[in-house]
Amino acid sequence: MTTPTPASTSAFDLTAEQPQPGPVLCPADHPAVPRPVIVLVGHGMVGQRFLEALAEHGVTERARVVVLCEEPRPAYDRVHLTSYFSEGASPESLSLVGDGFMARHGVELHVGDPAVAVDRDSRTVTARSGLSVRYDVLVLATGSYPFVPPVPGKDAEGCFVYRTIEDVLAIERYARGVGTGAVVGGGLLGLEAAGALRGLGLDTHVVEFAPRLMPVQVDEGGGAALRRSVEGLGVTVHTGVGTQEITTDGAGRVDGMALSDGSHLPAGMVVFSAGVRPRDDLARACGLDVGERGGIVVDASCRTSDPAVFAIGECALAADGRVYGLVAPGNEMAETAARTIAGPGGQDGGFTGADTSTKLKLLGVDVASFGDAHGTADGALDVLYSDSRSGVYRKLVVGADGTLLGGVLVGDVESYGVLRPLTGTVPPVAPEHLVLPAGAGAPVSLGPTALPDDAVICSCHNVTKGAIRGAVTDHACTGVAEVKKCTKAGTGCGSCLKVLGQLVDAELEAGGVAVDKGLCACFAQTRAELYEIVLALRLTSYRELLDAHGRPEARGGEGCEVCKPAVASILASLAPAIGGSVHVLDGEQAALQDTNDRFLANMQKNGSYSIVPRIPGGEITPEKLIVIGEVARDFGLYTKITGGQRIDLFGARVEQLPVIWARLVDAGFESGHAYGKALRTVKSCVGSTWCRFGVQDSVRMAIDLELRYRGLRAPHKLKSAVSGCARECAEAQSKDFGVIATASGWNLYVGGNGGATPRHGDLLAKDLSDAELVRLIDRFLMFYIRTADRLERTSVWLERIAGGLEHVRDVVVHDSLGICDELEALMAAHVAGYRDEWADTLGDPERLSRFVSFVNAPGTPDPTVRFVPERDQIRPEPLPARTETVTA
Amino acid sequence: MTAITDLAPASPVAARTAPETRAGTVELLTPAGWFAVCGTDALQPGHGVAALLPGGAQAAVFKDSTGRLYAIGNVDPFTGAGVLCHGLTGSAGGEPYVASPLLKQRFALADGRCLDDDEVTVASYPLRVR
Repeated sequence: MTTPTPASTSAFDLTAEQPQPGPVLCPADHPAVPRPVIVLVGHGMVGQRFLEALAEHGVTERARVVVLCEEPRPAYDRVHLTSYFSEGASPESLSLVGDGFMARHGVELHVGDPAVAVDRDSRTVTARSGLSVRYDVLVLATGSYPFVPPVPGKDAEGCFVYRTIEDVLAIERYARGVGTGAVVGGGLLGLEAAGALRGLGLDTHVVEFAPRLMPVQVDEGGGAALRRSVEGLGVTVHTGVGTQEITTDGAGRVDGMALSDGSHLPAGMVVFSAGVRPRDDLARACGLDVGERGGIVVDASCRTSDPAVFAIGECALAADGRVYGLVAPGNEMAETAARTIAGPGGQDGGFTGADTSTKLKLLGVDVASFGDAHGTADGALDVLYSDSRSGVYRKLVVGADGTLLGGVLVGDVESYGVLRPLTGTVPPVAPEHLVLPAGAGAPVSLGPTALPDDAVICSCHNVTKGAIRGAVTDHACTGVAEVKKCTKAGTGCGSCLKVLGQLVDAELEAGGVAVDKGLCACFAQTRAELYEIVLALRLTSYRELLDAHGRPEARGGEGCEVCKPAVASILASLAPAIGGSVHVLDGEQAALQDTNDRFLANMQKNGSYSIVPRIPGGEITPEKLIVIGEVARDFGLYTKITGGQRIDLFGARVEQLPVIWARLVDAGFESGHAYGKALRTVKSCVGSTWCRFGVQDSVRMAIDLELRYRGLRAPHKLKSAVSGCARECAEAQSKDFGVIATASGWNLYVGGNGGATPRHGDLLAKDLSDAELVRLIDRFLMFYIRTADRLERTSVWLERIAGGLEHVRDVVVHDSLGICDELEALMAAHVAGYRDEWADTLGDPERLSRFVSFVNAPGTPDPTVRFVPERDQIRPEPLPARTETVTA
Repeated sequence: MTAITDLAPASPVAARTAPETRAGTVELLTPAGWFAVCGTDALQPGHGVAALLPGGAQAAVFKDSTGRLYAIGNVDPFTGAGVLCHGLTGSAGGEPYVASPLLKQRFALADGRCLDDDEVTVASYPLRVR
């Protein structure tokens, strides 16, 4: 820590010595002169950006910097607060402060100790703890507070706001006891909050006073598209109604809301998300000028009415008379203030207004708005594309001369990365081509390379395309990670990362730098290239491949955990066709497999395993159900029905696996390959045999497909489903390959996915006969296995490969590459070579010898595998330290 | 300091380049002295085994592709599960490691250091073949 500054700091009397808007700090650092003191009040996103900017300008080396932070933790990424619910992020993972940042730059950070008073005469800030600091420069970054409308009942138990990690934790705790939640406000933050409640499993309502959702950012058409998509996700939307009262039960807890249309909406909790207000109370109390409707008045240098005091971010009323509630303008103000404080040598340019473009994913729906989204400029014209069926809405606002002024995108915001930087220019193609979907008369695909150098790619950190190119050409950055570090591009909201990657690759290639697309540190080839090598040279061992085709420095080494399973998968996929060993646990193959493949079961968090027997199509006899029940009971296993219509048995110790398999195999079960990057299940609905709507026998088709492709090793897991009619009860469009019955046959969808990035499958071919369907799936799967990258699902593969769906259709339907015979032959070899891995292992004493707890005590159970009872079954004993820090 | 070459220069498997291990019994040096865990034939390259030690500790014993042997603690410090013996092995810059099968952190076979977290390390056991 630095030494506290003596009381006299007259050397830095700004008003006396420094005419505005000149530099604030003397650049000299004479030992006899006490170091100037900068006090930052507020450590949010903008506050942290300000500290980074101070460090970049070298100010932290010659000034003492003290930060007073109200929240109990350093700055974190408030923009991604919702990821706490949707992706299981921990409070720690949201932190914005790099390891050792404060210590490295000598910044004194006081968390949980807000500033409570400023005395501008003595230039002193006082914190709640009584700490008093004299400042030469004071920077207010106090942010904003959530606006809660003054309705009766607003303070009842069960009312929340959505602003801090503490708010989120409180909402999470309270939500456990309620079934329905309501959000007041249908703007950006309101929809974020609704997404959070939905993620907690609550029946969720959004109440918005305006006639549409996100009234500030999107127009009427965009609002309607957004509403349809949001409602499709199970959130009930009420627009054009106000909240009149929060009603409570006898115990004073929220039980609903009285709305302005006279109705009552029952809800166990209410989250207010009706906008924010600048936190200017500290500024008001010390007599700084504030705006009529709030906000600390600042000039273009972010200086307040007191030249020794600056205000940045959401608490400031900018020189253009606006309060900016977005992080990008906040960062710009932080940089402006830091530059001014650093004095001469910094770049010119103040903060006179900012781009309020936004792109975000709300409740899984992509929404973007940029420039003059509402077409308010004189003579502004609209170019519009709207498709209610798919929830896509795109509107561009153009001037009479063709200048792109702004736009609104809902549902598909792929083009945002290119359109936003083009705002203010006349795009190189006609605007109608920029709103039409690919394949519907949009002949030109406008890539980021078409952008001018001054186009801003990262609006959070105001990084232009030229700066990104410069990072590659002048600063010798060789990848996105380095460019991010060098320019800060892509380190804010992250929405530009895709375009950033394309630009970096294009620049590297233009500079003659080969972009390393190799699989890992051992192989310079991609997975698809290794597949071709193995197939062409008929290689059957990893060692051969590594020693002959690995990177020179990796030859003769041990390989790594990335390429071993990837190559094992290629060897397994091709083994039946090229004469390799068929069983994944044969010889060298065993040591290449991921642990799950090696033990033919799924390792769980405490080192125990789960077992999934195959139940083709989800059809099972009562006798087999009884066997599963008996096995689970006899071995004390936890049982759960999976999403793929089968039953998972958890909690087996490694030495129990063969005994359990023996019982299952005896009853006619086999491995379900739940552990493998392989076909998992083919789900089915009950189909025409029982269902009054069914038009084809979906169960029979699902069983046939599951038995045909069982055991097929692929770059990633494969899931499938068959629906017996267009009602799609089997959810086939969310599968890698999905089949939907029609009156005259089957429709085949490919590239669907659920999970974190859901994608509806694309229709590959229609009205196929049974034989045509199977032949097409054979070709499709083998083409995918041949060309996909490691751990690349079909959904990602289909979007990545050049030509996309059309190319795949050309290859597998029209045989444009002339490889369909080969693809079919490979699949035929797989089908003929299939053997149950469990039964094979049971019949081989050498393989069985690996299923022991300890090599020197094979019968002793591993003492680290411990269980506790829960809801009449077992669960792994929780670990004390690690899990509790996250949920505390 | 667990590679057998550094510890028992008299052993016939001491040479770093020796491609094959002498057949015999693998012993680990524990606080209670040398402790036999298995025969060399129980070890295959890239495929660890777990051993229960006096006092209840667990070791994961590995052989690399040149025949050198290593032993480190078997309990993954990130999850508390006895699983490191089941991880995939590899080498980075010539240094052999095992990646935990649960959260994939890598541990150096030679000394138990976690290669992905400077503050974490697992036990390391000298060993010999007799």
